[in-house]
Amino acid sequence: MTIMEKYILPNIPDYHKIDVYEQHGGYAALKKALQMKPDEVIDEVKKSGLRGRGGACFPTGLKWSFMPKGSDKPKYLAVNGDESEPGTFKDRQIFEFNPHMMIEGIIIGCYAMGITAAYIYIRGEYRKWIKMVDAALADAYSKGYIGENILGTGFSTNIYTHCGAGAYICGEESALMNSLEGERGYPRVKPPFPAQKGLWDMPTTINNVETMTNIPLIINKGFEWYSKIGVAKHPGPILVGISGHVNKPGVYEVPTGVPLLTLINDPQYGGGVPNGKKIKAVIPGGSSTMVLRGENLEGVNMDADSLKAAGSSVGTAGLIVMDEDTDIVAVLARISHFYHHESCGQCTPCREGTGWLEKMLHRFEHGDARQEDVDMLVEVANQIEGNTICALGDAAAWPVQSFVKRFREEFEKRVKVKEEVEAA
Amino acid sequence: MLTQENLQKAEALFKKYPEKKAALLPILWIAQEQEGWISEEMMKYVADLVGVPYAHVLGVVTFYTMFNDKKLGKYHIEVCTNVSCMLKGSGKIIDTVERLCGAKAGQTSVDGKFTVSEVECMGACGGAPMLAIGEEYYEYLTPEKTEKLLTSLK
Repeated sequence: MTIMEKYILPNIPDYHKIDVYEQHGGYAALKKALQMKPDEVIDEVKKSGLRGRGGACFPTGLKWSFMPKGSDKPKYLAVNGDESEPGTFKDRQIFEFNPHMMIEGIIIGCYAMGITAAYIYIRGEYRKWIKMVDAALADAYSKGYIGENILGTGFSTNIYTHCGAGAYICGEESALMNSLEGERGYPRVKPPFPAQKGLWDMPTTINNVETMTNIPLIINKGFEWYSKIGVAKHPGPILVGISGHVNKPGVYEVPTGVPLLTLINDPQYGGGVPNGKKIKAVIPGGSSTMVLRGENLEGVNMDADSLKAAGSSVGTAGLIVMDEDTDIVAVLARISHFYHHESCGQCTPCREGTGWLEKMLHRFEHGDARQEDVDMLVEVANQIEGNTICALGDAAAWPVQSFVKRFREEFEKRVKVKEEVEAA
Repeated sequence: MLTQENLQKAEALFKKYPEKKAALLPILWIAQEQEGWISEEMMKYVADLVGVPYAHVLGVVTFYTMFNDKKLGKYHIEVCTNVSCMLKGSGKIIDTVERLCGAKAGQTSVDGKFTVSEVECMGACGGAPMLAIGEEYYEYLTPEKTEKLLTSLK
């Protein structure tokens, strides 16, 4: 495959510095957007087809259009940099190598929605990277891109970072808002939706870090240009994090729609599985997305529709590759331990169910499972899915459902081992 | 009690938000950076500063994994064992760390030098297996590299 042009993570030395960013056309999109009417900016983003990069793939322009207009209430933007889905490590690259494009996108978003304060919520483990973003924000303030009367247009907005403290659930948008308000990270019941009642009960939009980083591209080059990158229904550049059993793990920027097998095997991306081993399984978009069998990857591409058709989802595009020697049961047991640990405890099905799943999988891992446990795993997962305030319950259920459905023999094998030992 | 300098930092934080309570997490971070952990006395002090009940602060401190309501060792070794790290051999890394630190995950060594924690995904899956000490990430580890790192800590 030819090398694709990179926009989010271009190979430009010192691109994180404001002067270098400006030399390469940085903040031109902001100047352009400020000459447009706010609704025209929203319209441009809508027509571009950009869909959120945080996992749900919601159309960004549509989300922005939900914000009430002409109200004198303060409105807020929360930028989600919690990045806590296992297998996901893309936003950290933006903080380190291209913070200004994210900041520029945030200012444009604030202008489009009439927002006067934005908070970039970044996970506590990234304290070092928060300092990098803070430094970039200070530079943008000093150049007059943020603050009072931006570039003499009369528009004013402030952008702040906010440090999390170790809670996966705070990546869920309503838990994130509670956390920002100084509460425990408990998700809120919807409705009311954030655009009506969000931060401090005011209209709020929550967008992912990578989503905001795409905005200057759309404004600079126009929606038509942007909508032609990658696949039509889920266009644009996307950051794919490849981890697990590949020769070259890392974050790669590609247009949407690149085949998973290309991402895994091409020398410019994952570079193949070490020692020429076969792919046993792939989790395509972070640990909550449904696992796929290695032999079923032909024709499956990194975009929303293709992965949906394959029985999974694009999630955060955190691709985890498992080779033929991987203990599938142990992987699922580890994933289920994670969701049990991270359940906030508000909803009974999730609080109790994730613990049951973990315990049952512990039995499988240690050859102590009963035959009926195979179906019971799925039954418990089904009882969690859809029965909780937020999607963490679903995120805990999907791996269990898909691992058992697609690797049933691995689970049954573990039961038989135990029975054989006892019979001997 | 926060030092005078840290109190000024905390008070400056209130300006970032429309409500004082929103500064709770950032102020707890300042407190933890000052003391290394967050004592009951500190929680009560922060509660007064922010204007929320002590119970609220206790609830927040115990909810978030990164806030420590107990003293830690001089070095807090956090080893990720989530899926991507597990696939790349984090089991051997945690074994090495536990052996060299003389403490199991969740424990502090007798000499108070190390606290070992097994942690959830730190967002460094491309550099798996990894561990963190404070703000610093150490990626692409092997048991040998881990041993070298730990023995270099004074």
